[in-house]
Amino acid sequence: MEQILANGIYLGAQYAMIALGLTLIFALMNVLNFAHGQLYVLGGFVTYTFYGQFGLPFVVALAMSCLTLAIVGALLERYLFGPVIRRSAREESTMLLAAAIAFLLDAIILLVFGEKQRGVPKIVDGVFNWDFRVIMPYDRILICFLAILAIVAFISYMQFTKTGRALRALAQDRTAAQLMGVDTARYSMIGFALGAMLAGLVGGLLVTITGVNLGMGGPTSVKAFMMVMIGGAGVISGAIAGGIILGFMEAIGLAVLSQYGDITYLLIFISLMIFLAIRPQGLMGKPWG
Amino acid sequence: MSVAGESRSTGMRHGINRRTLVGVAVFLLAVFVVIPLLIAASGRTDFYYTLTSVALLSIASAGVWLMFYIGRINIGQGAFALIGAYVSAILVTKAGMSFWLSLPIAGVFAAGVAVLIGLPILRLKGVYFAMISLVLTQVVTLAALALPITNGAKGITSIPLPGEVSILGLTLIPDFATMENSRLAFYYTACVLMVLTFAAMYRLVNSRLGHICRSMQQNEELASSIGINIAYIRVIVFAISSFLGGIGGAMFGAIAQSVYPSSFQVADSINFMLNCFLGGLGYVFGPMLGTLVLYFGWDLLFESGKYQLLIYASLLIFLMLVLPNGLLSIRLDRLRRTHR
Repeated sequence: MEQILANGIYLGAQYAMIALGLTLIFALMNVLNFAHGQLYVLGGFVTYTFYGQFGLPFVVALAMSCLTLAIVGALLERYLFGPVIRRSAREESTMLLAAAIAFLLDAIILLVFGEKQRGVPKIVDGVFNWDFRVIMPYDRILICFLAILAIVAFISYMQFTKTGRALRALAQDRTAAQLMGVDTARYSMIGFALGAMLAGLVGGLLVTITGVNLGMGGPTSVKAFMMVMIGGAGVISGAIAGGIILGFMEAIGLAVLSQYGDITYLLIFISLMIFLAIRPQGLMGKPWG
Repeated sequence: MSVAGESRSTGMRHGINRRTLVGVAVFLLAVFVVIPLLIAASGRTDFYYTLTSVALLSIASAGVWLMFYIGRINIGQGAFALIGAYVSAILVTKAGMSFWLSLPIAGVFAAGVAVLIGLPILRLKGVYFAMISLVLTQVVTLAALALPITNGAKGITSIPLPGEVSILGLTLIPDFATMENSRLAFYYTACVLMVLTFAAMYRLVNSRLGHICRSMQQNEELASSIGINIAYIRVIVFAISSFLGGIGGAMFGAIAQSVYPSSFQVADSINFMLNCFLGGLGYVFGPMLGTLVLYFGWDLLFESGKYQLLIYASLLIFLMLVLPNGLLSIRLDRLRRTHR
């Protein structure tokens, strides 16, 4: 029981971070970012390169991941999403763009880093063992702790800084924010960069545990969509709730249903559909997004 | 959008005009006579497979396009294609049914599933519906892995080729297995299905139902307030969309003679959507053109080896920047200019 709880918290913290980035981008730009999983994979590969290949300290590698992804995110917004949103007749067109960017990132990752599964040396050795009731390697505890720290930092940033306030205003009502003197173009870029940076950060954190490979992008995006749907799209608290709920469901499902084979995800999907039929806007979302 | 709609509806009112008729005749001639002759002359019979795939994928994409027509982004067509493929495969291998009978059953089964699932999830709009339909693809893939009747990850293999159809001793469709060139036969079958699909789509879009769909695309509440039963219409449209998905998937299974849970995945669902986007959402024949361009583009880029995906994705992004409203919007611009 304690083990399941510990696993749930560990999975939930990571998932919440992935969902946060996706929901931020969605709230600001109304873009469903198909490429989010690929951004996550890219973050993992950057950390792998700096920490695993060049032997730099892990913190430096993590910072490089954040920086690279923030730049990538800013460029994507400035030169691709921004112009297309302005010019296209239907806002769904950005989905095609996002899907194409997902393909492009896949191609770049394939060319630069190859298709092999990559791992890095452990950051801390040893296993925490509480009387065989909770067994968890120390590096997982550290990553979980760092993830929670990052989430807290992100929320305080959104709550207490001027940029955060501008971003929240933008998410609430774009026109009104513009009338109040918010530079929408600039803050859209910052917001996209921030969302991409979160994906890069979690990619960098997780590469120390699960490693990273090219194929992880798509499934990660699908999971992130699920979390956002559980919590409600475009709501920060919803993304965190969705991440934690999905983390716990997975932890419980894998522990309880393991003898029936791989049906945990099937059950999660089906219960999600039933849940959404009853409450279409998710736990905390605004009705009809 | 509105310009295309008006010109189409006036076209219907005065009957189909001569230019349209000539266009359709040229298209039919090209598909059924010129292309087979060209392929026979050049000896590139592998093109049959490519073009057959294009025809079938465009049928499934037409369903997605219809969902766009009522303002829903459907990224779940892969799910219904997979359902169709499995239903047909199971009926043919386990029940020994004729493929030609299993094909409509597969479509109807997919449509039935769509009605059941659609009743709750069609209440969702915009991005929410897009995400849940994407999840749906994943659900069906996982269900295919878990259910006993679908044979798990091993899939259903060595499905027999479509057999003979005859009425009173008169052979309507010959047995595909005895044919020396079953590729050509599949090509013709797929093209006939495609032509039927798009003729039906054209008819549907210009019918009363089509007008209702357009009104729902613009504003569901308003449509509902003037007495349209929107819940009923959207379930019907979702069922038609899934029927087309099921048919496309079943044909694919018959050509490949095998079905696996990975036959239609999330990426395929996204591709169906991309086909519609690329062709243009305001045009009935958009999905056909989009599928042709995307599939052929991908195939032609095969020469570029490991840079295939990179070039393909860059081209997609470039197209998106230049023509954010789809390929057929070039034509729309030209029409607008001549009208002025």
